[in-house]
Amino acid sequence: MEGGVVKKFLYVNRRAPYGSIYALESLEVVLIGAAFEQDVSLLFVDDGVYQLKKGQDTSGVEMKNFSPTYNALGDYDVNKIYVDQESLEKRNLTTDDLMALTYEDEDDDYAEKPSIRVISRDEVADLMEEQDVVLSF
Amino acid sequence: MGMLHVVNKSPFEKTSLDSCLVYAKEGAAILLIEDAVYAALKDTAVADKVRAALKKCKVYALEPDIKARGMEVAKVIDGIDVVNYGGFVDLATAYDNVHSWV
Repeated sequence: MEGGVVKKFLYVNRRAPYGSIYALESLEVVLIGAAFEQDVSLLFVDDGVYQLKKGQDTSGVEMKNFSPTYNALGDYDVNKIYVDQESLEKRNLTTDDLMALTYEDEDDDYAEKPSIRVISRDEVADLMEEQDVVLSF
Repeated sequence: MGMLHVVNKSPFEKTSLDSCLVYAKEGAAILLIEDAVYAALKDTAVADKVRAALKKCKVYALEPDIKARGMEVAKVIDGIDVVNYGGFVDLATAYDNVHSWV
């Protein structure tokens, strides 16, 4: 991709996992897109925040638990994961309820750093406006 | 023994739980499955209306769907009975008819 155009991509996730296929499909698209070395951010709002809930155990429902895949995002240089504060609060969730997603910062001796950033509604609005491409799931 | 109402959509995304609560009569049962189990949890923005429903109806939530979503049975609203698939079948047979609010 040397010399290629790098655009800012935002993937907006607004749905709970398992009840529909949107969450899993979004994750698939993000992982595919990561191969193209673009400037990728993920945003979780509304029921999308449920995708990041830790402790998912699908053994009783005969569905694939795809939540461990979010841990791999850091290895694909997807390390800007934004979560809407108000969406968490409406669902009585805090960051402690979410998976501790991290990445290794190659500019800081590969120090392990958290990928999740909880942001306000105003910050979400700004994040959307600064993108070249927004894909909503 | 009245009607069993089955709700499977998130109360934050769809209005099916709201509609169900409008039409569920005293003595009916409401079973929360799939994404509707999010309505069964304490201290959310929808918990008040679920607790209000408990005054006239029995409310149940499906345990495998709670666990699939990483939620804890210990955080289910007091008064809601957590059931497994066998309990789902028992409810379907115990009530006179079933309304699935898909």
